[in-house]
Amino acid sequence: MSLLSRPHRVALAAGTIGLALVASACASTDAKPSAGGGSASAAPECAAFTQYGNHAGKTVSIYSPIRDAEADLFQEAWKPFATCTGMKITYEGTGEFEAQIQVRADGGNPPDIAFFPQPGLLERFAKAGKLKPASAEVKKLAEEGWSADWAKYSTVDGVFYGAPLGASVKSFVWYSPGMFKEKGWAVPKTWDELMTLTNTIAGTGIKPWCVGLESGDATGWPATDWIEDILLREIGPEGYDDWVTHKIPFNDPKIVSAVDKVGAILKNEKFVNGGYGPVKSIVSTAFQEGGVPITEGKCALHRQASFYANFWPEGTKVGEDGDVFAFYLPGNDPSKKPVLGAGEFVAAFTDRPEVQAVQAYLAGAEFPTTRMKLATYVTARKGVDPANAQNPIDKLSMEMLQDPSTVFRFDGSDLMPAAVGAGTFWKGMTDWINGKDTKTVLDYIEASWPKS
Amino acid sequence: MTTLAQTTARAKTTTAPQRVRWRLSGRIASAVAIVIAVLWTTPTFGLLLSSLRPEDQIKTTGWWTFFADPQLTLENYREVLFGTSSSSGQMMSFLINSVVITVPSVLFPLALAAFAAYALAWLPFRGREWIYIGVFALQIVPLQMSLVPLLSFFSQGVEIFGLQLSPAWNLEGPARFIQVWFAHTCFALPLGIFLLHNFMSELPGELMEAARVDGASHGVILRKIVLPLVLPALATFAIFQFLWVWNDLLVGLIFAGGTPDSAPMTVRLAQMAGTRGNEWQRLTAGAFVSVIIPLTVFLSMQRYFVRGLLAGSVKG
Amino acid sequence: MDFDFAAEQPKLVQLLIGVAAFLVVVAVVLILVDRAPMRRRAWIHATILLLPALLLLGIGLVIPAIRTTLLSFMSGDSRQWVGLDNYAWMFTQPEAVTVLRNTLVWVLLVPLLVTSVGLVYAVLVDRTRFESIAKSLVFLPMAISFVGAGIIWRFVYAYRSGDQDQIGLLNQLVVAVGGEPQQWLQDPPFNTLFLIVVMVWIQAGFATVVLSAAIKGIPAEIVEAAKLDGASPLQMFFRVTLPSIRTAVVVVLVTQSIGTLKLFDIVRTMTGGQFDTSVIANEMYNQAFRYGETGKGAALAVFLFVLVLPIVVYQIRQRREAAR
Repeated sequence: MSLLSRPHRVALAAGTIGLALVASACASTDAKPSAGGGSASAAPECAAFTQYGNHAGKTVSIYSPIRDAEADLFQEAWKPFATCTGMKITYEGTGEFEAQIQVRADGGNPPDIAFFPQPGLLERFAKAGKLKPASAEVKKLAEEGWSADWAKYSTVDGVFYGAPLGASVKSFVWYSPGMFKEKGWAVPKTWDELMTLTNTIAGTGIKPWCVGLESGDATGWPATDWIEDILLREIGPEGYDDWVTHKIPFNDPKIVSAVDKVGAILKNEKFVNGGYGPVKSIVSTAFQEGGVPITEGKCALHRQASFYANFWPEGTKVGEDGDVFAFYLPGNDPSKKPVLGAGEFVAAFTDRPEVQAVQAYLAGAEFPTTRMKLATYVTARKGVDPANAQNPIDKLSMEMLQDPSTVFRFDGSDLMPAAVGAGTFWKGMTDWINGKDTKTVLDYIEASWPKS
Repeated sequence: MTTLAQTTARAKTTTAPQRVRWRLSGRIASAVAIVIAVLWTTPTFGLLLSSLRPEDQIKTTGWWTFFADPQLTLENYREVLFGTSSSSGQMMSFLINSVVITVPSVLFPLALAAFAAYALAWLPFRGREWIYIGVFALQIVPLQMSLVPLLSFFSQGVEIFGLQLSPAWNLEGPARFIQVWFAHTCFALPLGIFLLHNFMSELPGELMEAARVDGASHGVILRKIVLPLVLPALATFAIFQFLWVWNDLLVGLIFAGGTPDSAPMTVRLAQMAGTRGNEWQRLTAGAFVSVIIPLTVFLSMQRYFVRGLLAGSVKG
Repeated sequence: MDFDFAAEQPKLVQLLIGVAAFLVVVAVVLILVDRAPMRRRAWIHATILLLPALLLLGIGLVIPAIRTTLLSFMSGDSRQWVGLDNYAWMFTQPEAVTVLRNTLVWVLLVPLLVTSVGLVYAVLVDRTRFESIAKSLVFLPMAISFVGAGIIWRFVYAYRSGDQDQIGLLNQLVVAVGGEPQQWLQDPPFNTLFLIVVMVWIQAGFATVVLSAAIKGIPAEIVEAAKLDGASPLQMFFRVTLPSIRTAVVVVLVTQSIGTLKLFDIVRTMTGGQFDTSVIANEMYNQAFRYGETGKGAALAVFLFVLVLPIVVYQIRQRREAAR
């Protein structure tokens, strides 16, 4: 993970700090009634937002799978922008995004903007002609802010539909530094070391791994992340791409062996499910609670994305010297460190000026910086200083994502057709943990791949 | 339901109907009844007790351990009802939305189904049999399949070959509730017509005939004879429709959206199940809050509903 | 509590508008019916009374049903005709058998169990001192939303490994008699039965209330006569009660069968259709909305229509017989 060259970084940092100051200045004027917007945008603290124009009295609706506390933080972050441009942003988070967005779009009642967590879903809407191409300005911002890889995910048939928003790094294994120190365990650098460590831990009577797959409609996704992470290491990034695009079938021997490699951990009664019980308890454990036994000393390792920092019990300190920390999930070759990740994309169903202004604002560096200062958040956008991150894992994730030499791959299940990526793959892996054998499950997933 | 009609007819002959105490007597019968009642109540009781326990206890021990280690708190309720962050509850707004959605969504289907059921049961016209069977069969149309066409009816109107038959509604603000009422009414009609028709067709024909001979119009017959007699059926349907609408998630989610401006309480509850995993303490309390109103309505309606039934049977 | 009541007022105004609109509709229909001349053939009256309901049914259900049927012959993105492909898919995919089998189990067991529990209970508590309370207790689950029911039953089926305290009631009982805690919802084929229990728990109140109302309608003299003849309670039940409330029993059976065919919430909230518990309605929702395979979802919906045909035919026959 080489970092950006120093001078470059300093310039970026200065830029973001400047923007952040403006943002906080603007936020402090919230109490003042913003008369109409004409005068509001003329106010000095709104100077940073004049480029987005005046949209007094206009409303932009945003629909997204992000709910709860995180939704509050989003709204807090873009409040100055909304106040200064005079527009009203109505935000709605839902737990059934995939189904609801489809119903609303088909019913002719789509939101102005949606945050798509799956490029595959975005592609489906783009192909159906429901989405509007992003404005030239958004495209320009996205080109300067993200690597070509990221832009590719929201480009369908050569048309660019929207910039990425947040991001996460999935290739992490969470552990307790204190526990490791006490028992004299070292952070493994290769897959073999990881397996040795696993055996060592199992020898002490602690089940080394804890896993949770339960996630309502989406039950099973953490297991697909496991498979993807291992595949990325086993068959390489190009092989991974071929698998995602179905050039390598799901029941190919290469995939079978990768899945079995995961199974050596997840389906081994000696290795799982720390703090929860036998292998089968993986399926009924909520993913949010999957890693919690680490804090109770009942489990040592939990493979989960950077955002798991949100799910530790209150008061748990994340850091190398804290209660929990994470290491990179190693592969066979320690010199290659491909990164599996995910994120959301801001696509629009309408192209009114105020909608494009919101898209442009979200694509800039100012929004993620403001958002990151409020609470834990990760973005892949260049020009956002990782130093603003709330915890060391966020910081590490951002450095990995911004590093041009990182080999990054998007969560495969989010790229596949939904019938597989949000359906049989999740379901198949759940059945697999629950007792079905690898071959049966992979054949089943393969058969479900849409024919057309 | 057959029996209602029979009773009405027979009530004329028995002047003071002596109600006989009869039942499957004996201890076994009572024991069975008690077992059923206990089985049916225990899970809910567990929820109530859980909702009053502190968060860490809910997650680590069963609610029955309460009896060994009694600890109660109202903290969960306080958080759910009056918490201000979007993750905590704000149940009050949603509670009001639920009321605003429910009342008209019960009244409209009740009236429309009663009209239609009367027409299908007592008006002689050709094809009524087929209309009735068609309405009956419509019960099976899965709700999910109606969402998209109905939504586009609201947002785009009806257009056939470029001819605009009905305009787009484009409802904003509180007027969005109209969509929800409309949708609930559509979905309630098949069952409503089926149930009320069953009751109405059992009424003795002589009653209608006599009224008609006296020169009463259909409006009068419907108002003065049929509706009073089927009051218990109306009450039954009203109760079930109320519960259905109050507890509905899907229709609310699609037509009312998910914001405090118009979304019902169930939508909120489903949201609270939330991204934060199993926040049992909020869920248990939230679930109980949502149960209280329908329960009160049922318990207060139940009397009226039984009385209405008995009144109906001696009036004729 | 920083709850802004003033902000809620427009909603209440809207509620008043709604109620007023309701009164206007009722008044208009009744006035029109009163004005229409009385004739033997009641075409005009029928039209006035039926029109509002039929209009709504047409918009809300008939048009969607036709649209769904058309979509079932089209591809996932609804752009081209694919003939019977979606139906072929439905009957050839390996999982389909499971889904169809589950739906069959549901539709056989639920109406039967709901009706028997409701009937037995209604008879047992009829005219006892505690009747009202007893009925309310069983009716209680009807008042609970599926979201709520899901939460309640998680406290019954919850699993913790043997070395921990159980938080699920059922496993606590198992452990108390020395057994190993089970993951009730994870092991087919019995997990479907555990889901059915939840449905029966919710619906039994419906049966109790409807059947209890019917029992109350049994003429006193019939009961008295039977008593004088020295009928035992069981004879009374099978010879008097049951025949007298036949219509009500049929109503319960029919509504439960249809409700069960459409069942979706319980499966979705409790297992999401995992572990071989999926049913047609759940699969339909997944295909049509989550996977964007509108055609396949529509084909499943059409199959649901077909499944209900026997019930419709039965109803037609019943009415033919009654008419004779």
